[in-house]
Amino acid sequence: MTAMDGPVSDALLRMGRHLRSGTVSPDLRTLHQVGGRRADAFYRDRWSHDKVVRSTHGVNCTGSCSWKVYVKDGIITWEAQETDYPSVGGDRPEYEPRGCPRGAAFSWYTYSPTRVRYPYARGVLVEMYREAKARLGDPVEAWAELTTDPARRERYQSARGKGGLVRIGWDEAVEIVAAAHVHTIKEYGPDRVAGFSPIPAMSMASHAAGARFVSLIGGAMLSFYDWYADLPVASPQVFGDQTDVPESADWWDASYLLVWGSNVPVTRTPDAHYMTEARYRGQKVVVVSPDFSDAAKFGDEWLAPHPGTDGALAMAMGHVILKEFFADRVTPAFTGYAQRFTDLPFLVRLREHDSGGYVPDKFLTDADLSEGGGEGGGGDPFKTVLIDARTGEPVVPNGSLGFRYRAGGEGRWNLELGAVDPVLTLLGHVGAGQAVKVALPRFDVPGGVLHRGVPVTEVRGHLVTTVFDLLMAQYGVPRDLPGEWPRGYDDPAQPYTPAWQEGITGVPAARAARIAREFATNAEQSGGRSMIIMGAGANHWFHADQIYRSFLALTTLTGCQGVNGGGWAHYVGQEKCRPVTGWAQLASALDWSRPPRHMIGTAYWYLHTDQWRYDTYSADTVASPLGRGTFAGRSTADLLSASARMGWMPSYPTFDRNPLDLADEAAASGQEPGAWIAERAASGELGFACEDPDAPANWPRVLTVWRANLLGSSAKGDEYFLRHLLGADASLRAGEAAPEQRPVDVTWRPRAPRGKLDLLLSLDFRMTSTTLFSDIVLPAATWYEKHDLSSTDMHPFVHAFSPAIDPPWQTRTDFAAFHAIAEAFSTLAATHLGTRRDLVAAPLMHDSPDEYATPHGRVDDWRRGGAVPEPGRNFPKITIVERDYGATAARMAALGPLLDTLGATTKGLTFQVAEEVERLRRRNGTVRGGAADGRPSLARDVDLCEAILALSGTTNGRLAAQGFATLARRTGTAFDGLADEHKQITFADTQARPVAVTTSPEWSGIETGGRRYSAFTINVEHRKPWHTLTGRQHFYLDHDWIHEAGEALPAYRPPLDMTALFGEPGLGESGEHGLTVRYLTPHSKWSIHSEYQDNLLMLTLSRGGPTIWMSPADAAKAGVADNDWVEAVNRNGVVVARAVVSHRMPEGTVFMYHAQERVVDVPKSETSGRRGGIHNSLTRLLVKPTHLIGGYAQLSFAFNYLGPTGNQRDEVTMIRRRGQEVDY
Amino acid sequence: MHVMAQLAMVMNLDKCIGCHTCSVTCKQAWTNRAGTEYVWFNNVETRPGQGYPRAYQDQDRWKGGWELNGRGRLRLRAGGRLRKLFSIFANPLMPSIQDYYEPWTYDYDRLFSAPMQADTPVARPRSLITGQPTKISWSANWDDDLGGGPELASGDPVLRKVSDQVKLEFERAFMFYLPRICEHCLNPSCVASCPSGAMYKRSEDGIVLVDQDRCRGWRMCVTGCPYKKVYFNHRTGKAEKCTFCFPRVEVGIPTVCSETCVGRLRYIGLVLYDVDRVAAAAATPDEKDLFEAQKGVLLDPHDPEVAEAARRSGIPDDWLEAARRSPVHRLIFDYGVALPLHPEYRTMPMVWYIPPLSPVVDALSETGHDGEDAGNLFGAIEALRIPLGYLAELFTAGDPEPVRAVLRRLAAMRSYMRRLNLGQDPDESIATAVGMDGARIEDMHRLLALAPYDERY
Repeated sequence: MTAMDGPVSDALLRMGRHLRSGTVSPDLRTLHQVGGRRADAFYRDRWSHDKVVRSTHGVNCTGSCSWKVYVKDGIITWEAQETDYPSVGGDRPEYEPRGCPRGAAFSWYTYSPTRVRYPYARGVLVEMYREAKARLGDPVEAWAELTTDPARRERYQSARGKGGLVRIGWDEAVEIVAAAHVHTIKEYGPDRVAGFSPIPAMSMASHAAGARFVSLIGGAMLSFYDWYADLPVASPQVFGDQTDVPESADWWDASYLLVWGSNVPVTRTPDAHYMTEARYRGQKVVVVSPDFSDAAKFGDEWLAPHPGTDGALAMAMGHVILKEFFADRVTPAFTGYAQRFTDLPFLVRLREHDSGGYVPDKFLTDADLSEGGGEGGGGDPFKTVLIDARTGEPVVPNGSLGFRYRAGGEGRWNLELGAVDPVLTLLGHVGAGQAVKVALPRFDVPGGVLHRGVPVTEVRGHLVTTVFDLLMAQYGVPRDLPGEWPRGYDDPAQPYTPAWQEGITGVPAARAARIAREFATNAEQSGGRSMIIMGAGANHWFHADQIYRSFLALTTLTGCQGVNGGGWAHYVGQEKCRPVTGWAQLASALDWSRPPRHMIGTAYWYLHTDQWRYDTYSADTVASPLGRGTFAGRSTADLLSASARMGWMPSYPTFDRNPLDLADEAAASGQEPGAWIAERAASGELGFACEDPDAPANWPRVLTVWRANLLGSSAKGDEYFLRHLLGADASLRAGEAAPEQRPVDVTWRPRAPRGKLDLLLSLDFRMTSTTLFSDIVLPAATWYEKHDLSSTDMHPFVHAFSPAIDPPWQTRTDFAAFHAIAEAFSTLAATHLGTRRDLVAAPLMHDSPDEYATPHGRVDDWRRGGAVPEPGRNFPKITIVERDYGATAARMAALGPLLDTLGATTKGLTFQVAEEVERLRRRNGTVRGGAADGRPSLARDVDLCEAILALSGTTNGRLAAQGFATLARRTGTAFDGLADEHKQITFADTQARPVAVTTSPEWSGIETGGRRYSAFTINVEHRKPWHTLTGRQHFYLDHDWIHEAGEALPAYRPPLDMTALFGEPGLGESGEHGLTVRYLTPHSKWSIHSEYQDNLLMLTLSRGGPTIWMSPADAAKAGVADNDWVEAVNRNGVVVARAVVSHRMPEGTVFMYHAQERVVDVPKSETSGRRGGIHNSLTRLLVKPTHLIGGYAQLSFAFNYLGPTGNQRDEVTMIRRRGQEVDY
Repeated sequence: MHVMAQLAMVMNLDKCIGCHTCSVTCKQAWTNRAGTEYVWFNNVETRPGQGYPRAYQDQDRWKGGWELNGRGRLRLRAGGRLRKLFSIFANPLMPSIQDYYEPWTYDYDRLFSAPMQADTPVARPRSLITGQPTKISWSANWDDDLGGGPELASGDPVLRKVSDQVKLEFERAFMFYLPRICEHCLNPSCVASCPSGAMYKRSEDGIVLVDQDRCRGWRMCVTGCPYKKVYFNHRTGKAEKCTFCFPRVEVGIPTVCSETCVGRLRYIGLVLYDVDRVAAAAATPDEKDLFEAQKGVLLDPHDPEVAEAARRSGIPDDWLEAARRSPVHRLIFDYGVALPLHPEYRTMPMVWYIPPLSPVVDALSETGHDGEDAGNLFGAIEALRIPLGYLAELFTAGDPEPVRAVLRRLAAMRSYMRRLNLGQDPDESIATAVGMDGARIEDMHRLLALAPYDERY
């Protein structure tokens, strides 16, 4: 060969090459070598291990990925994804591998320098406690003394978050914790104790262990799905369901995919391949995102609406679909679907409005027919009415709420229409002929009102129209009716045309129209296989429920809901605990006592961190110009207290008294406790705690946080938490409400308390912003060190955590830790508390006859001129629960007797589980002696896992079959063959390999025969009603407060105006604190919430610390260069971070990716002089009044199903370049 | 004909979600130890961007790979071997640690040990090189997702070549990810650069390795490799590099990066090549012909003559069979969608890439065209957000035609399959337009979209 250069160098090299065995290419270019490669030994040694253990990560990422954990010499070395998920059929990509870089970096934590290895406590607290205990000789008395002495209390509270942690022993740690609980229960009441641990699906047993302890002692478990703002409130509003969505393998079935406000490659990393691969099948992908996101890379098209204006785009798309597929022509697939599966044909009464003209009012019901003397079975206000095209007469079809619980409804709660042909529009309908103008609110201009005609008819003296006709008016689809209508798509002045949205979103009108047309055309061609993946980018806004309703209108109008490959695909939070029934029984200790105390997290934090005191606006700021003034002069805190006193939403602490004492007094009175309480409340003798949240008697006293990082992650208004709940230093800059802005029903105390909590306890395996502020930190086992169960929305499997190593150092599993706490508690409680009766106030519950409490959604507030309070109607339900406090540990470790008699209920369906209890007795063993004698044992974490699986239909086919049989009696329709009666999944099965769950009435999708999970296929294919008023998917809501908000129909509501509400500078203005921009906190690529943001691997792959992304234009205005230190400041607090300047960002908006907390590389702020804050230091809670509605059909409370959201997206901040030399 | 076997990889960039799982699992398995803190055998770059180490593709500066001398003969770009040997002690053509990044950690212990103090404890960064507090100004992946914006992306050597076609602004933003491992080249310039003869190419599977016993730490391999995929372990003083996970592949398990790739975009397969033709192919005069020349070196395992020659060269029958079933061979030849990275470096790299198709620029849609219609899709390729020229600079020495052909095939697949998806009759004309037939498109679809674990590797 002569292709090479240079003879001299060749000679030299030849010498080197020939010193080795092997084949050298003739030109000396390459050395080939076989065998004799001892030098490879290093790499061979490194690739060796003693065992591989299957586990997963419990981190609320929806991943629920099965991982191989490699162990060598008893040390965890690294991890890699399992690839053995059961096949999904071979006609589509398989679930392998699933995982992400965060998960791959997890083992770093095991031996990392941030690992919590021992119990820690604040030194000053321990010192004082030891001194008091030595003197008093009793832990409870010691705790009582040091928490009631203002000086000592202040001493340890003000030290929170300022170092000074010391190692203590487990025994002493749990003794202090137990003493705090006992004292609190005795002195203030069990509802002053709270537990916060989110997302059971991500590690069910670890959640249940602690929640079970809290529930047994009568403490309140705080909700998380709504608090995280991951709950799409539109889901209960529209579907009567918390959230139910397709698994990711079903994306493959979609032939048109809108990815809206969801950054799939980053936030659904393990499943993103279904999107990339479905494109090869010809799926069109349209990405809607304000920035050029990771997802936008995959979009055939990228639409970039201005942040928070997604609703405007969706409304315009709805306009196009209604125009082209309903008005211009009839699309049978769409209208047939609408007639059967939506509320569109139902009749709504019109009411004359003061302004002249009409406004839409309440659904016409059977009761209205009876009043008019016509037909109707008993005048039921929960049976809605439509017109049958064959007769032109009103009929009450099957399936509405009235059929669900009433005696006569058996066999008729279904969507069978028989021969009835529902009329969608009265236009051209016999008997119609007239049209009236209705007034409809618009929110894009102040005080805006639209006047548009609808065809009407009269039924029994009521002027009515259909929901469909109202929808056409709302969307502004002209049909030769009176009123103001758009001239065409290009009319920018009239909602909701494509041109109108262009002015708001910046998306060209023609593109919006074309995407809408494509979406619907595809649905028509494919039988409903158009899908919208929607995420936090759209769901975390104050008015997200309205944004989502405008999205859901698109999927519902086109018949995509309940179809494989179609419908909404909302993925925000790992909400799907597939074995839900078993988990719920155990976590809430329903086997021992009912009801549990379940609290809405947002309201809890809003009140107890005193954010309500900083509300400088009236609640009617968000009201409709057409409202009756219900919210006028009231603050959000007032509305919250109204919701609590009417029993709509739960409220803990409930009363301004210890509920143990109330129970005793009620018993002494000889009266029925509910009546006794209601009387006292009505007379004013007894107050609700939420009416005076700053009174010391009403403070929460003990809070336990586990599997969570409240203060580094989810705490919207973090600085308010620090100041008021903890009494620590804070960088809060906001001013309190002026006298005329203050609540009228809630007591305003002159000085806001600082330091309400006596004890903040956290359990974690790493140091977080929460552990840094905790009084006691217990060292937790990691996900590679325990037994547990995992499930998710994204795939249909349950699978196990298994310990690759035993918990090292002094770490313990959550299960073991809570059992230790329970033991210590029981010992102290036996003498200090004994057996007590506890008066529990519970709200009106969803999926129960409580939904009948408020006919027509007419509010009956006994405090404001309504009828007298009546528990279970317009007042919470009152139950007396006996608590044997000394038996707490024994009860925790055994399956209690209530299951045998009361069964287990999920979503209104009760399973009889006596057989399962017996089976668990055999499998787990039986407790002998003590308070749980003869009961099945739950002494070990695997016992708990086994019980979860045995008591759920998804994992126990016998229960699924039984549930479908029970359901069939009510619906009168058949569910034969859906359940796999013989399938029983044991914990060992889930350890061996992920196991597919079976179809169960606990959920709405069909997986039978290897089908992919898609929500509502049971409803569509088996005519099972949705859990709503009409039994159908709702476009229309008629509760008084919904009308007050002007949200009876989907509407566009712009982001909140922070200048108007709080006096923040206007967007784009520059001042002392810098440039004012929108402040968004999307999910990060390098962490899952705050987990991993401190992980060295993730920090190395990113920028090594907190960052804020901004556009080059904004950076130029603020004088910022890439990687400069910047400060972001608003009234809520201060953030110090590095700037990432990128043309990927739109002008006017900055991102601080979610949950960058204060532990790593956060210097002191120039503005506050204190440590910079977390991403939520710039946000705060803003409670939307309509989320507080309860006691009415689907708008009734269930835990994590309905409640005010902890939204945070409407915020603004000022941002500026700061001094580049920073202090730590 | 002297047949040799080569383990090769194809990465489908059209599917890469830029998650970096491959990087993390690789690092955890191989380089999370002292001396290799800064080393990522596998890394993922956002393009446009500078890459890792910074601007490594700028061969005018780093002089990696081969070039042709005046007589059309191959020579190491960093200079002939003689010059190399003389400059062993003063090599200016080495990226500094700052070009990679200076690894760091944090004072995590402060979170526990901080005494009572005025403010919340914090873990501040500390250099792993100096042990001193540090200010972080570059990392293994600093410009991820266009971080650093126009300022840093404009330092991308590839972008510079096509900068007249590209505007780095919000409305025209584009990006894609480029995962990289060692190319395990047929004509490895690292091996040729090593004065100690410590680097070698395994004859049975072509994996390029550093003999840890023989390496003297001259670091000429670092200079010689144009991909900068040989690293210097500053603890042991030896070179280290991606091993193609030989302890795994030898027992039939795919590489860590492949197995853990959640985008499912990596394919591993055996290819056969004629070692006698390598040098001549690498010396192909026109850079734009190098891609075809490189393909020309690879042999068809179905060809009986090749099979016979392979047997003569000692390649066992089961390896031949593996070469026949190789997804890599199919992607390069049967479907013609895989391209080598920087063939102009003349190293004959053996990690190939399917260029990214999407997204289609909005301008096309604004004309009201249906993006799924075959004709428009082909048209759309000219209007891709990612400039064709940029991809051509990466994969075909600037020649846009091969890239265009690949993208047209991908587009045709989507268009053809959509009709099947919707239950419509297949349209053969779509396949014909890209030189395929329906059956081949369906097979390609199966490999690109469905292929389960055991068909990808």
